[in-house]
Amino acid sequence: MSEINVQIKDAVLEIKNVSVAYNKGIYAVTNVSAAIRRNKVTAIMGPSGCGKSTLLRALNRMHDLYPNIITEGQILLNEVDITKMSTIMLRRKIGMVFQRPNPFPTMSIADNVIAGYKLNGISLHKSEKEEIIEKSLRDVALWKEVKDSLSQKGTFLSGGQQQRLCIARALAFQPEVILLDEPTSALDPISTKKIEELLTELKEKYSIILVTHNMSQAARISDYSMFMYLGELVEYGKTKEMFINPKDQRTDEYLTGKFS
Amino acid sequence: MESILIAKKEITNFFKWDVRFIKDKIFTGFIILFSLITISPIVLIISKLISMGYKQLNFSFFIETAPNTYQAMLAKEAGNIIPGGILNGITGTIFMVFLASLMAIPIGILIGIFLYENGTKRYAKIVKDITDILQGVPSIVLGLISYFWVVKYITNGFSALAGSFALFIMMLPLIIRSTEETFKMIPVSIKEAGFALGVPYHKIIFRILIPSGLSGLITGILLSISRVIGETAPLMLTALGSMAVNLDIEKPTSAIPLLIWEFYNDPNMVDLIWASSLLLMILVLGLNLISKMIISKRNL
Repeated sequence: MSEINVQIKDAVLEIKNVSVAYNKGIYAVTNVSAAIRRNKVTAIMGPSGCGKSTLLRALNRMHDLYPNIITEGQILLNEVDITKMSTIMLRRKIGMVFQRPNPFPTMSIADNVIAGYKLNGISLHKSEKEEIIEKSLRDVALWKEVKDSLSQKGTFLSGGQQQRLCIARALAFQPEVILLDEPTSALDPISTKKIEELLTELKEKYSIILVTHNMSQAARISDYSMFMYLGELVEYGKTKEMFINPKDQRTDEYLTGKFS
Repeated sequence: MESILIAKKEITNFFKWDVRFIKDKIFTGFIILFSLITISPIVLIISKLISMGYKQLNFSFFIETAPNTYQAMLAKEAGNIIPGGILNGITGTIFMVFLASLMAIPIGILIGIFLYENGTKRYAKIVKDITDILQGVPSIVLGLISYFWVVKYITNGFSALAGSFALFIMMLPLIIRSTEETFKMIPVSIKEAGFALGVPYHKIIFRILIPSGLSGLITGILLSISRVIGETAPLMLTALGSMAVNLDIEKPTSAIPLLIWEFYNDPNMVDLIWASSLLLMILVLGLNLISKMIISKRNL
């Protein structure tokens, strides 16, 4: 439990007493506090319905979309309250990748990468555009595969390629934090492996928060892990320590497969 | 003993299979019969229209206005086909459907988006119910309403505007519902991808949702056009009809179904009914086929 309350100096995100309720009184996340470290992979794991996705979506205010969802508490990005930032600024700094690959079906591969700029009306020079597209696609190791078909629709790619395209779309804004909501659950093992390798490379430049209900994935690629159960943050600490020596009995039971 | 049991079992199995086989054949026969009964009217209609109408379907049918009864009578007595065509009807139909679409498409799509976004709210539910009721209102009643609103107070006489207003009200519920259904088929994750990039709400609608659902929207529009293109009753009370080509929204205007009605009332022009009906049928079937093709090609 100690990790939860410890002040961390170079935290990129600080989550303070955050609760999220769908409709009044029905809480999906209760009173979670944690500090997310810069340039690390932090995994949020837990059984289905424990509130891990809900917590993740609170971090870039995706819940604003649905008026019946109430978010309480405070989330600080670089010590600035995220509710005091404009959604465009916030989401430029915190990118998000979803469970299923969701490239914009009407846009080409290139346009998908710079969709954030295009749709927000940020004009780019042609050279800037090409630079961002190439850099983002290189970052996700997709450049070689698609450099000759940049004008094709993004939906022509395979599932794994589409998901990497979606990561590239998030990277194009040069965010500080990338949120990934079970990014490999809809993918085959080979694509999954590629994305996991990619994430371990990306953490040099970005802070990564990864929701997964695949324990071994968390063990493979994360530096820090959170274990959530019934909306509560049960344990948060170094992944290795948590897997070898869990402090809470519920964590132990989850990790040893007594429930899932 | 054992072999007898097996043999017995096989016989019963065979018997069961046999009864099922016969039942299966009977049901298949019934299904084929009823599907033939279902498609026979359309086949009969089209073959009748072609056999009766093809004579009149020449080039002048599309580029000349309707003849008067005297010209038709002379041609008939001489044993020729009736001269002239239905250009005034074709232009009138296109003109009025165009005006109606101009009103119905933006309004219908916007209301459809509203219903999609706020489907569970009380006000949206009321709007949805009213849309359904509107869809069931007899077209002649819509013609009457248009007569009292537009003919009497806006254009002070029968006019293309009044006709297209009646068609507009008929198209509206069809476009609203098809827009809503189309948007419901777009995965929410695409919308969320837009929000996760900080894209403002109106741009999500206009730059992501509408382009993604474009084929569905176009299909809905085409089907609503094919629904109103053959409407006669509301046009009788509003557009009235005209012998010449008219493209003035304040003047009476003809339409293909109106011409069919006029030809029906004139014994000398009966031959033109079939050709006009054939053209109308081809238009409606064509629109339906195009929308079917768009639906089968759409990749969401």
